[in-house]
Amino acid sequence: MEGQLILHFIIEENNLTTAGEASSKVKKRLSQLGILPDIIKKVVVPMYEAELNAVIHANGGFADVEINKEKIVIILTDKGPGIPDIELAMKEGFSTAPDHIKNMGFGAGMGLPNMKKYADELNIVTEVGVGTSVKLTVYLTKD
Amino acid sequence: MNSGIYVDNCKLKVGEYMSEYFHSVTLDEEKCKGCTNCIKHCPTEAIRVRKGKARITAERCIDCGECIRICPHHAKKAITDSFDKINDFKYKVAVVAPSFYGQFKEVDSRVKILNAIKKCGFDEVFEVAKAAEMVTKATKVLLNDPNAKKPLISSACPAVVKLIQLRFPSLIENLVKLESPMELSAKLVREKAIKNGMQKDDIGVFFITPCPAKATSVKAPYGRSKSGVDGVISIKDIYLKVLSNLENNDDTSYNLSGFVGVRWASSGGESLALGTDKFLAVDGIHSVISILEEIENDRIEDVEFIEALACNGGCLGGVLTVENLYVAKTRIKKIIDEAKSMTSVEEIVNDENINLEWSENIEHKPILKLDCDFETAIKKLEELELINENLPGLDCGACGAPSCRALAEDIVRQQANETDCIFKLRDKVRSLAKQMMELEDKLPPVMDK
Repeated sequence: MEGQLILHFIIEENNLTTAGEASSKVKKRLSQLGILPDIIKKVVVPMYEAELNAVIHANGGFADVEINKEKIVIILTDKGPGIPDIELAMKEGFSTAPDHIKNMGFGAGMGLPNMKKYADELNIVTEVGVGTSVKLTVYLTKD
Repeated sequence: MNSGIYVDNCKLKVGEYMSEYFHSVTLDEEKCKGCTNCIKHCPTEAIRVRKGKARITAERCIDCGECIRICPHHAKKAITDSFDKINDFKYKVAVVAPSFYGQFKEVDSRVKILNAIKKCGFDEVFEVAKAAEMVTKATKVLLNDPNAKKPLISSACPAVVKLIQLRFPSLIENLVKLESPMELSAKLVREKAIKNGMQKDDIGVFFITPCPAKATSVKAPYGRSKSGVDGVISIKDIYLKVLSNLENNDDTSYNLSGFVGVRWASSGGESLALGTDKFLAVDGIHSVISILEEIENDRIEDVEFIEALACNGGCLGGVLTVENLYVAKTRIKKIIDEAKSMTSVEEIVNDENINLEWSENIEHKPILKLDCDFETAIKKLEELELINENLPGLDCGACGAPSCRALAEDIVRQQANETDCIFKLRDKVRSLAKQMMELEDKLPPVMDK
């Protein structure tokens, strides 16, 4: 399609040291497109949180990024445990991260709330025992 | 012979620099072998090998000096002023970075060093450490300001400021927008000299520097229109002169700084001076980059102040110092101990009421942008991804670019060709050879028996 860019990233499982690589690559691509830093932040911070969630809870997954002049859409999909209660998961401080993750400084329970805070739209589709798909949308004004 | 500084493919002679693009870090073409060491270590991917020589892209260079450090042929160097430049002025002042104190063996008193500097031909010697204490005081005020954007990031290292302008523009508002101790020293010294009757143009302020980033910040300043420093002399250049002038002379006519200012020379020094433990001190340009990434991702919690220095170990590890970083650290500890034991240290007071705040804001430098038009940029990025997928992914550097992806970007910016890739070229040769073999098999009907 004209004027549209589609990128695909694989999020590796169980690798907290490399978690964040996909969002870091997206950040670089967005600066190459000349998008304003404030808008880049709205995309990259939620994507980073979603990426971490995929690694911590779901053994990894993949991210599909769609960029056009109107908006940037990122869909992170995993085949993890799913979220039983989305409303509860959205509460600040609520986390189902295992202890060893919390000991590393992750799992503060701010991931989903942060995604909602930064992105313009957040849609979650999830099924327990099947997986989760998080869709982040950020609208572009000028740049 | 030094090479020129490349700006958009046009060669400018050293000395004829466009002030916006002046860089202290340059190449000595004769020594350059066109190897891949510097291109791979540059934190902003600013270097490419073209026509057998390493070329620094002026807009991307942050003068961190990594290439100077890594070059095995010593082909990279820093341009600083020659010592003789002090003779252009009637009243010559040396403004000394605290890292200088760590360069001397068996000298545990600053006064000896300051005296030795003066003997080189200066009328006055001023400790940057003194101004550093003033900057610390002003930074403390900022830390207590609830409106300040936290974490505050120190602007003392010019290479880090440039890095933020280029790669981390969302952090520009976090920078401490105060004059560096070097610039403040220049202001103080100048004001005092004018009060004592000197003519403005007769005063020459010279900074003795451990690094090229400071030299560039004087010749191509950010945040203000003109630097207060007239010349930058590297520690390397002045070291022997000072060494030969060292005497057992403890004559103190100096208003010395406290240990807090001297400690700025080492990584962590600036932070410790602030009296808060909510700080993070990081040194070494690649570590700085990873921390800045974390800050951008909102991952750094409970930290109010970030001290980020491009050189490992802080300014003591600057590329223009003469002493090994760790040896210098032990030496400067002695000087710090001496400073701690001094009881009569007057606190420096801003009675000239010099304004420490930056007069102009610094801007984001969007050099990473592929095109000014967004839709064209999308097309170019798409092309880039396609080209990158077709490249071998070995990041070997033979094409002169630091990575395959960088080559793909250069191709899309029309600064390189796919055949620059030696593997792509070999593939082409192979397919040409195959075609030739097929042709060789076929003889024209006239000759076929």
